[in-house]
Amino acid sequence: MAVVERVERLEEIWLERPGVLGWLTTVDHKRIGLLYFWTTLVFFAAGGVEALLMRTQLAQSDERLVSPETYDQLMTMHGVTMIFFFIVPITTGAFGNYLVPLMIGARDMAFPRLNALGFWLFLGAGVFIYSSFLVHEAPNAGWFDYVPLSLRQYDRGHNVDFYALGLIFNGIATTIGALNLIVTIFKLRAPGMSWNRMPLFCFALLATALSLIFALPALTADCILLELQRKLGFHFFDVAHGGDPLLWQHLFWIFGHPEVYIIVLPAFGIATSIIPTFARRRMIAFPLVAMAELLVAFIGFGVWAHHMFSTGISTATLVFFAAASMMVVVPSTIQIYAWVLTVNLGTPVFRAPLMFIGGFITFFVLGGLSGIMFAAIPFDQATTDTYFVVAHFHFVIFGAAVFPLLGGIYYWFPKVTGRMYHEGLAQLSFWLTFAGTALTFFPMHIVGLLGMTRRVYTYDHGLGWDAYNLVETIGGYVLAAGLLAIALNIAWSARRGPYAGRDPFHGGTLEWTIPSPPPHYNFAVVPTVRSASPNWDEEARQEDLERLERDELVLAGGHETPTTTVNDAELSQIAEMPPESPWPIALAVSVTIAFALLLTSHYASAGGFLALALLMLAGWHAAEPEEA
Amino acid sequence: MTRAALLAPPLVLALAGCGGNQNSLDPGGHGERSIAHLFWVMLGVSLVGFGFIVTLLFLGWVRRDRPYLPGGRGERTATQLVLLLGVALPIVLLVALFVWSDLFVLSSTAAPKRPTALTVRVIGHEWWWEVRYRGSSAVTANEIHIPVRTKVTAIVTTADVIHSFWIPELNRKTDMIPGRANRLVLEADRPGVYRGQCAEFCGLQHAHMSVEVIAEPKPRFDAWLARTAEPAPGGSPVFAKNCSGCHQVRGTEARANVGPDLTHFASRRTIAALTLPNTPPNLRTWLRDPQHVKPGNRMPNLHLSNGEWRALERYVESLR
Repeated sequence: MAVVERVERLEEIWLERPGVLGWLTTVDHKRIGLLYFWTTLVFFAAGGVEALLMRTQLAQSDERLVSPETYDQLMTMHGVTMIFFFIVPITTGAFGNYLVPLMIGARDMAFPRLNALGFWLFLGAGVFIYSSFLVHEAPNAGWFDYVPLSLRQYDRGHNVDFYALGLIFNGIATTIGALNLIVTIFKLRAPGMSWNRMPLFCFALLATALSLIFALPALTADCILLELQRKLGFHFFDVAHGGDPLLWQHLFWIFGHPEVYIIVLPAFGIATSIIPTFARRRMIAFPLVAMAELLVAFIGFGVWAHHMFSTGISTATLVFFAAASMMVVVPSTIQIYAWVLTVNLGTPVFRAPLMFIGGFITFFVLGGLSGIMFAAIPFDQATTDTYFVVAHFHFVIFGAAVFPLLGGIYYWFPKVTGRMYHEGLAQLSFWLTFAGTALTFFPMHIVGLLGMTRRVYTYDHGLGWDAYNLVETIGGYVLAAGLLAIALNIAWSARRGPYAGRDPFHGGTLEWTIPSPPPHYNFAVVPTVRSASPNWDEEARQEDLERLERDELVLAGGHETPTTTVNDAELSQIAEMPPESPWPIALAVSVTIAFALLLTSHYASAGGFLALALLMLAGWHAAEPEEA
Repeated sequence: MTRAALLAPPLVLALAGCGGNQNSLDPGGHGERSIAHLFWVMLGVSLVGFGFIVTLLFLGWVRRDRPYLPGGRGERTATQLVLLLGVALPIVLLVALFVWSDLFVLSSTAAPKRPTALTVRVIGHEWWWEVRYRGSSAVTANEIHIPVRTKVTAIVTTADVIHSFWIPELNRKTDMIPGRANRLVLEADRPGVYRGQCAEFCGLQHAHMSVEVIAEPKPRFDAWLARTAEPAPGGSPVFAKNCSGCHQVRGTEARANVGPDLTHFASRRTIAALTLPNTPPNLRTWLRDPQHVKPGNRMPNLHLSNGEWRALERYVESLR
């Protein structure tokens, strides 16, 4: 069999059904990644509109654009959307799904159908929680949803039920995705990709996925306790019956603080992908940075009570958590200096992706420094729950997590679409988002210190806050214009951009060794890996071509990908991958209906639909792939 | 602030010039002064750090054609710099910050260990503050009178959801949590009005849950406390019929505690937790349409005849 025939055979084996039906039943990690990408962008737009409505309301004192009830719903849904339905799914779901197999030289994720299920459940959870707006009962007790405010006594509608059930539901989807990432990174790395040769992006996503697995159960448990109390009259948070409202806060932040690192770690990973490419040299201090990424995720579990410094918990507890919160700074400073010095040691080309990373570093240092201030307990106790905190975490979440993401969108755009984005418009969009972010969030530090508290739907004239708030609102619109410019660039370039070719930026990682857009089977031959930058390794690429000729590890005999040992990535066996399937989406629909019935307290019918979902699992496994 | 000051009692008029804001960097007492000091030092060090990294980034752009560090060093030096600037230096600075802020400054903002001369209980409600004085029958709402230059212990609790008590110019904040009584020192160096606001999201009118601390010379405070402890001279039929389900006027049969104690309402500076200055026209607006002024608050719109409105307004304005 000649090389061409072998590649054609691969094409045939990995090709999926055409049309919409193909997208609904797909198990291809690239298609699932794109589904995540477009879905999360819709949620990002929704969260952005919510933010702009709030900013417009706050543009001047005593404004009455939205009612207090509407404001509380916007505020809650803005937080819930951006965290649970934008950042986490776009980083792990879209970027992780699309890029991890390409970077480690695999043909798909370890569990392709589970991958599809994860996406459809995520979409179901998003539709579920957003349907609350249709009945005017969107979650309204804040994304942190503190009891007793969120108990039935104070919040009688379905608002909080949408929140709690929606997050339990979304948690299932996220857990599935995280498990899949962990197994994929452990078992599907190309032969030769030992840990010290794995891209730092994959280290970051591994740390993120591990954090998710350990952090989410606390949130899920918390929401289950809340629903048991709201719907069935339990007393977990009820002082009169021996409960404690602080139980909610502890469980919430045991999840909530690692979540901060879950949000920023993939962004760090994107930064460590973009910087070496544009600085045109490998990252310095690779092992330090890899360790720092894992360390951040680990220490992140020991700092949760710094969200509770003003609750009156004992001084010894405060001091312990303050010390831990200071420790978590060190892995971040390691990474910051590694990035900046890599740029200095290289001969950098300042194109849009690297510019976004520059913006990221600037804002991350800003948000990090104000973050250190919060580890000083007395200062935290003065400024917590003010706009100073809002400024701080928006510089961390928007500046440090979304900026690399935007840079990443430009960076991998030619890989995904095969076309080049418009550089001029991209740089304009950078300056707009950069200026918009600074204008929107920087004055919040000042109004916070001037005493403006968070989560207020309006404020009094005469406290010296008006001018700052107006600037913030204007900044919000500038930021929106910048994001719109990115959307335009994507939409236009995807159709009209010039062809980009296989490797327009001369990146170091494996995804640049294959055509753009990547073929269904990703790699025509399982790639050889002998360094941390395999695309810069001419010899290894030459060896790939030779192996393709020799038909060694081409695996054109079936729907297959090789698995390797966990540490040294030695070839262990060839795994049969399942074909496309309608079961994941059917199962997700059934689970979504079950959650809707739980919301309306139809427990028996909800149980029925969950049972149906289990039956579908049986069907899913009955239809094992035939021998090829 | 000026609107309130114009119509407030003469004493407060004299004080309004030096207070009324809620600027945490304009400390009016010992606790907040040490916090503000901590902030300025942290800001200074942060600016140096921020400037340093931004300069490095900028150098990366300026020297983009030179693949070595300023000074001509290579990768080995860069890795050493990561260890020095990214590990050693932060550890030194963080240890210093930890020792200073979390061991020393913390003690200056902590709750008093020994009982102070005066203890005030502040109870958070959706969306107003109940204020009681230990050893006195005085009850008021949304304003806390304290003697100046005196340590006052505030014991804060809640009647419903979690609130957070914060007077930015005097001290840190502390949450009001069901089942807990948190403590805090209030101490003002100079007479004045110190504004504060609920800092923990507590529902629809979280934005309109403000409070004032009014620091007065000791004799004035004592006189105020004695006056406030007294019951009202008498009741009113229209109040008894429409308002006594929620409010208390001591000395009459109105004894409920859903809304604020109104025994000395007319001597207070504001209506509805600083939503409006307490003036006769504002009182009229508030009474006739509380749901427009502060949507979602617990006070219903009443449907009274014109005569009843006038009688009610006259009575409430007489509660000095």
